[in-house]
Amino acid sequence: MAKLVVRIPYVWMAVFFLVPFLIVLKISLSQTAIAQPPYTPVFDLAAGWHGVRSFLAGLSLDNFAFLGSDPLYILSYMKSVEIAAFSTLLLLVIGYPIAYAITRTPRRVQAVLVLLVILPFWTSFLIRIYAWMNILQHDGPLNQLLLFLHIVREPPAWLSTDTAVYIGIVYSYLPFMVLPLYATLEKLDETLLEAAADLGCPRWKTFWLVTLPLSAPGVLAGALLCFIPICGEFVIPDLLGGSRTSMIGQTVWTEFFANKDWPTASAVAVVLVCLLVTPIVVFQYQAMRGAERRS
Amino acid sequence: MPTAAAKHGFAKAGFAPWTDSALQPLLRIEDLSKRFGGFAAVDQLSLDIYQGEFFALLGPSGCGKTTLLRLIAGFEAPNEGRILLDGVEIGAVPPYRRPVNMMFQSYALFPHLNVEANIAFGLKQEGLPRAEIAERVGEMLTLVRLEGFGRRKPQELSGGQRQRVALARSLVKRPRILLLDEPMAALDKKLRGETQFELMELQRRLGLTFIIVTHDQSEAMTVADRIAVMDRGRLMQVATPAEIYEQPNSRWVADFIGNINLFEGRVGDDGTSVEGTALGRIGVAAKIDAEPGATVWVAVRPEKIRLTPSEPAAEPSHNRIAATVADIGYLGDLSIYKLRTGAGAQLQAALANTLRSSELKIGWNDTVWLSFQPDAAIVLTR
Repeated sequence: MAKLVVRIPYVWMAVFFLVPFLIVLKISLSQTAIAQPPYTPVFDLAAGWHGVRSFLAGLSLDNFAFLGSDPLYILSYMKSVEIAAFSTLLLLVIGYPIAYAITRTPRRVQAVLVLLVILPFWTSFLIRIYAWMNILQHDGPLNQLLLFLHIVREPPAWLSTDTAVYIGIVYSYLPFMVLPLYATLEKLDETLLEAAADLGCPRWKTFWLVTLPLSAPGVLAGALLCFIPICGEFVIPDLLGGSRTSMIGQTVWTEFFANKDWPTASAVAVVLVCLLVTPIVVFQYQAMRGAERRS
Repeated sequence: MPTAAAKHGFAKAGFAPWTDSALQPLLRIEDLSKRFGGFAAVDQLSLDIYQGEFFALLGPSGCGKTTLLRLIAGFEAPNEGRILLDGVEIGAVPPYRRPVNMMFQSYALFPHLNVEANIAFGLKQEGLPRAEIAERVGEMLTLVRLEGFGRRKPQELSGGQRQRVALARSLVKRPRILLLDEPMAALDKKLRGETQFELMELQRRLGLTFIIVTHDQSEAMTVADRIAVMDRGRLMQVATPAEIYEQPNSRWVADFIGNINLFEGRVGDDGTSVEGTALGRIGVAAKIDAEPGATVWVAVRPEKIRLTPSEPAAEPSHNRIAATVADIGYLGDLSIYKLRTGAGAQLQAALANTLRSSELKIGWNDTVWLSFQPDAAIVLTR
């Protein structure tokens, strides 16, 4: 009975992740067609063994070759990684002090602060991005404030820039960075900090030699938890970003909806998954090692 | 005083700097107070500790001994009073600048560093050259008998080994005072006993000053040259283990250390007896420092009481009474007898089991006579 219960997550993963991925993989090996569904060949068991053989013959890697030939796609991948990497860095720089500050408050206050960090999730993500569009508008509240404080003379253009994309991403993903960091920092043994002070470290040295190294697992967890999804972001660059270079999420959207080119879109998605496999495996390994050490 | 110290078998022969009025204390605590909210953890406490002492802070939970230790280490700032080390005030000096090191109860070893790096940590902050650091770390590893363990991480060590790393780490900086916060709380009985002797040996050999906080009486009695018994932020008595045990200054101290029989009475007219106690008239050896008729308490340690099956013939005729054995506690090396007199007074006597025979000479519900010498009676005025 126990074995059956353990198998359920595997079944879930197989049905809702593996099978859809295999479908996407299959589509990426197909060609576009003016048909319903808009690709060929279509897997049809009714055609019997002969049908399966012709199906397999119809598959090709043409789409992947196509991706390599057009710089649009390569630039898109690079843009995604660039934005994801820089965003993760920004998230680290902003999120670490927040998580650290939360751990320095009394226990009761900590619970409230953590709740405040999670609170934005109670509202729709899309609505919050629309709110940012509003704030960053040419005559929106941000420019009004900047003009009022005489920080600028002309209202700068925020929307349709990379800066707006970074603002949107950092705002949306901050909880994903703060929470793992908080979880790690909160478990830090305070007597270790006292021991460091006793042995000759002023506050900053204690932070640098003890707190920071011991928070490394949290840093890695937060970084990966942000980097991986940001690579595939669509809504934020679409609504806040410019049209000069799009992230890979937008590229997939364009291929799928605008060009009705399911095979190419699928190929783009498959390549993205392959690119992200390395960080995902690292993340899993880290999580496993962390769990082992705790047991 | 020196003879009292020598009476306690493990003390250093003739070591009693606190009796030398010409000597300056290494650590002087003057009217120190520390409050948390409205609660005074340390209450106007004054204490002198001398170079080379193994000093124990002993007391029940919440008495302020750990707070006092942390004040000396620098983790707490005093509200009032001064702390002077070698005559220099260090109350405002942060812990990383005090020549004082602490060994924590939980050891607080850095999990991301190996044993060598843990021990070297304090030396690195001093900016010493690499070669010297390596040499001193090596010395320490030999001293605590952990050669060959240098590369291991704390998680790979046993509790006793971790304790030795913590000790090495705090000793390597050659502090003026080493503070130990219940260092043996996590060890089993046998290891604790061995570690106590190792610590004493180490302290003696290195000539350092140790201050240990413990709630374990026998531990304090074993290792310490002097013990400060604390209660609710105040010092109750500061003396050698023998003095505290045989010459407690109050009922509280007499009751806190070991077991005690207490009898209330009034000072007799001759000044060398106490009348009206549960035992009738008790004769004491020395002249009582109180007026006749004043209320005092006579304290007698259980092992000073003699049990005989019939009334003892020897003089004097007081300090004796008949009682029934209500209960016997067999502890192996000795037996505790709980006795009740005809009038209902309860007493405790302790006898060493000098004979191996399992036939108890004294059994439950037997009537026995208990008696004690006048000099076994301690007269307490508070």
